[in-house]
Amino acid sequence: MTTVAASRIDSAWSALNEVLDPEVPALSVVDLGLVREVIEHDDGLEIVLTPTYSGCPATEVISSSVIDAIVAAGLGPARVTMRRAPAWSSDWISAEGKRKLLEYGIAPPGPVIADGTVPIRIVGRRQAAVPCPRCASAHTERLSAFGSTACKSLHRCLDCREPFEHFKPI
Amino acid sequence: MISSIKIPPAPELTYLLRLADTCLILGQRLGEWCGHAPILEEDIALSNMALDLIGQSRALLTLAGQRSGQGYDQDQLAFLRDEIDYRNPTLVELPRGDFAFTVLRNVILATWLKLMWERLRDSSDAELAAIAGKALKEARYHQQHAADWAVRLGDGTEESRRRCETALGTLWLYTPELFEDDAVDAAATAAGLGPAWAHLHEPWVAEMSEILGEAKLAIPAESTFRSTGKRGLHSEHMGYLLAEMQHLQRAYPGGAW
Repeated sequence: MTTVAASRIDSAWSALNEVLDPEVPALSVVDLGLVREVIEHDDGLEIVLTPTYSGCPATEVISSSVIDAIVAAGLGPARVTMRRAPAWSSDWISAEGKRKLLEYGIAPPGPVIADGTVPIRIVGRRQAAVPCPRCASAHTERLSAFGSTACKSLHRCLDCREPFEHFKPI
Repeated sequence: MISSIKIPPAPELTYLLRLADTCLILGQRLGEWCGHAPILEEDIALSNMALDLIGQSRALLTLAGQRSGQGYDQDQLAFLRDEIDYRNPTLVELPRGDFAFTVLRNVILATWLKLMWERLRDSSDAELAAIAGKALKEARYHQQHAADWAVRLGDGTEESRRRCETALGTLWLYTPELFEDDAVDAAATAAGLGPAWAHLHEPWVAEMSEILGEAKLAIPAESTFRSTGKRGLHSEHMGYLLAEMQHLQRAYPGGAW
């Protein structure tokens, strides 16, 4: 790899760092772990993205924002390819991304429990309380398993009484 | 109005379409709850689950289009087939009914889909395995959510229990189709594409017994009735569902957002 090629890829990553997720606009697509790879080809850059949820309606917008950002940075032409495997995990959100989520008022996801390490109880399972992103109290309750987007659930703090969203660990 | 596309009867393609159409038609039915659910949280939940299912079907239909050798894309497969070329089991096309009916159908199907996705992670088709890896996480969440509601309603008030029993009595008649094998399953198993549907029966019964036991609902008696949706012979409800789902693409061919 030449120095020139390396710098083009580095510049692409810098440009992608500025592309915000349309539904969680506190984080970039890089913070969220959506960008898996940037590859340089003779005919342009290939940005490899991974979808968060199968039905995430933001997928198309994210793809076109990514291409726009690369072109605007003078690094085009670019194309986006989708890579499904391995499946995206909230563990891929960077430490910086989790900090930004908390600042934005969304409780960040805890670590994902690996498949098969605990027996899955379908009913009657206990859920750990999600700490309030506002006052850090662990005295909270879940209001709804689903939130304003596929990746979040709704909660309420029983101390400061504020409702808040939680980025689900998957 | 544009004419329908015809699908070659290759068994491995049919295997993919059965799964894709199960997700697509269930997603369409759940989407009907948007704006109509008993509480706001469930309106959001049902719409979210519908989105997941439609997303899964889009991935599967895209794959089926590539494997069909006809160059069909996901939209052509979703909107331009005739009723007889849809391969979903009849259970998913039944009208949405009341909330108890929707919850219990979701328990039945999320459990079935979860077991299916678990096995499809080992598919010889790498793309199908990748779709399954993603969808499995979603199906687990759907199953937990539906099971929680089944317990609240089944072990709830006299009214909610009565509605659950009525719903389960109807739904159960359509479950044998989820576990019947035919030449399509034989071809898929031989190719390592995915499991024969019959192989899901034992683990499905085990998980359903756990959920229904917790919900204090009895498993209904076996029936000799057999539905035939996955062979293209659908209930009287399917045509109306397709008329609504296909209307825009038929009236405005190739229309896009």
